[in-house]
Amino acid sequence: MSILTLSKAINEGLRKAMEDDPKVLIMGEDVGKLGGVFRVTDGLQKDFGEDRVIDTPLAESGIVGTAIGLALRGYRPICEIQFDGFVFPAADQIITQLAKMPLRSLGAIKLPVVVRIPCGGGIGAVEHHSESPEAYFTHTGGLRVVACSNPADAYSMIQQAVRSDDPVIFFEPKRRYWEKAEVDTASTDWWTPFDEASVVRQGTDVTLLAYGPMVKTCLEAATAAQDEGRSLEVIDLRSLNPLDFPKVMESARKTGRVVVVHEAPVYNGFGAELAARITESCFYHLESPVLRVGGFSTPYPPSKLEDHYLPDLDRILEAVDRTFTY
Amino acid sequence: MTVDASRGADAPPELVQLLTPEGERVEHPDYDIDLTPEEVRSLYRDLVLVRRVDLEAVALQRQGELGIWASLLGQEAAQIGSGRALTDADMAFPTYREHGVAWCRDVDPVNLLGLFRGVNHGGWDPAEHNFHLYTIVIGSQTLHAVGYAMGIQRDGANAATIAYFGDGATSQGDVNESFIWASVFNAPIVFFCQNNQWAISEPLEKQTRIPLYRRASGFGFPGIRVDGNDVFACLAVTRQALRNAREGQGPTLIEAFTYRMGAHTTTDDPTRYRVASELEAWKLKDPIERLKAYLFKNELADQAFLDSVEAEAEDLGADLRRRCLEMPDPGPLDIFDHVYTGSHALIAEERAQYAAYLEGFES
Ligand SMILES: Cc1ncc(C[n+]2csc(CCOP(=O)(O)OP(=O)(O)O)c2C)c(N)n1
Ligand SMILES: [Mg+2]
Repeated sequence: MSILTLSKAINEGLRKAMEDDPKVLIMGEDVGKLGGVFRVTDGLQKDFGEDRVIDTPLAESGIVGTAIGLALRGYRPICEIQFDGFVFPAADQIITQLAKMPLRSLGAIKLPVVVRIPCGGGIGAVEHHSESPEAYFTHTGGLRVVACSNPADAYSMIQQAVRSDDPVIFFEPKRRYWEKAEVDTASTDWWTPFDEASVVRQGTDVTLLAYGPMVKTCLEAATAAQDEGRSLEVIDLRSLNPLDFPKVMESARKTGRVVVVHEAPVYNGFGAELAARITESCFYHLESPVLRVGGFSTPYPPSKLEDHYLPDLDRILEAVDRTFTY
Repeated sequence: MTVDASRGADAPPELVQLLTPEGERVEHPDYDIDLTPEEVRSLYRDLVLVRRVDLEAVALQRQGELGIWASLLGQEAAQIGSGRALTDADMAFPTYREHGVAWCRDVDPVNLLGLFRGVNHGGWDPAEHNFHLYTIVIGSQTLHAVGYAMGIQRDGANAATIAYFGDGATSQGDVNESFIWASVFNAPIVFFCQNNQWAISEPLEKQTRIPLYRRASGFGFPGIRVDGNDVFACLAVTRQALRNAREGQGPTLIEAFTYRMGAHTTTDDPTRYRVASELEAWKLKDPIERLKAYLFKNELADQAFLDSVEAEAEDLGADLRRRCLEMPDPGPLDIFDHVYTGSHALIAEERAQYAAYLEGFES
């Protein structure tokens, strides 16, 4: 057992993946000596060399495009996108090539590429440093999309992502990078498959569905609700594509009330898919419509206003209250 | 590849220089500049004042008044030289570090702080100053600059565009596409690359094997390297390139060879990736010191003048600080402003819902 920050947990997971398989590479801007702007790759270049931990030219399309080429040659590249807002120059390579090439080859080609993206707001940053672009990628067939929420998952999920033969978009909640927890790095027995959801808190009255940075906020909301005599179940989805529908539906049927929480705009956000699916599958079990709490349909605001934009305890509990008004 | 330990400071590569680090005026076969003593003093004043603005902003960040700041320390001459080469009709497209160019375009320094303080994403009207908003996504603005230049061309206007970007940005697809567009359409544009030797932690050799200015020839237009710490040379070279652009001779790439003397931003720790001796070597080429030496050598200024500029800088810094602290915070419902030009049903609905939600706390 070690106590690790989320950032260090990914770092340890990357180290393990590189030790396990010499074909694993890391590539990105400032990932070498600097160890990345969030220090997620700290020390890896020193230990694995410049051929395996590659400071690339400043071009995201180039990072993902060459990662595809390396994968075609048998490597397993892990790309770091410095901030969520800078994945868009790489969107063409991710959407038109990475997601579709395996199918185009009728399965002859595998592209085990991981694209790591620090995501979300809450750190007081300037424009383009607080985005939640997951829906662009969950909308693209051919990509696995996952989001870790805590150090232990971060450690195990990054290793599973690297082992996956499909391309994986790997979201890291940047405002949780410094949060600490115990991680068992000695065994893999405790690992939850990276495409399964986890019930992180049991409850009976309302189900909160979240992923990435909002899981912690939902757990806090559940604690607060308990004081008011309400029992909230919190599910950490972990994987957005594929989605663990059985676990989600089981909980929805049990509580009959579901609130989806994410930082991304509600309108056309990932919560829309959840709400529609739950309605289709659990209609007769529901006591209320599935409600969504998330960002507004505006660009991410200047940081002085981000606390208004981001879902917090109060907004989550207000939605929970509303599920009892139907 | 071997790297010069001073990162270019000790052995200056081929470049246009009109003022040596020691403050000696030197001749160049292609470029010259003829400035009145008043104009030279004015350049000195610009350099000192923008450094002071920058220093104050760094201090404000340290005290928690700004979220982050990207310092221009060391790049004053590149920005003032090129900025003062612009006519009112010319249009500039900056990155996030062009505080000196903003100064030349009469953007009130306090308006630069809004973005870094988190009260807005911009803070000035680009058309009023012919100075576009800061662009954070590396390289994007170079394409906007070329498009703007194509507009100037179609209008038949006597103007040019200047696009600022860094050494790291030269790797981006957008920047390379902007070179191609400018070349194919013979756009009236100057590409002004401040090669400050670093893109956060990545040294120049992670972006290029040849001097950056030589990239231009492959795209079919002239490239030139200028001593980026020499305000005379930056002014002369940019002036000529802008003139060529206005006269229909198309684009020029200027590589201003300079050095980022500070951290990448206030959140960066350069001790993790570069050695202190580099900075020491570059300090000897400081853009302000050399102009000061020139002023003294040629008896163009006395101590009283320097003192008066110093006093003005202090006042400017104090005023900037005061007005930064007075900057009003935006209101929560401002989130919904300016998303669209007119009314928009969804935004209006979300705004009303959020207003009602906030009112619920008050009652
Ligand atoms: C598309 C994109 N990718 C990454 C970043 C993160 N980033 C901000 S500044 C920077 C380095 C820029 O270096 P350079 O172009 O040399 O300009 P300088 O900061 O040195 O002035 C990087 C990688 C960004 N802002 N935009
Ligand atoms: Mg640079």
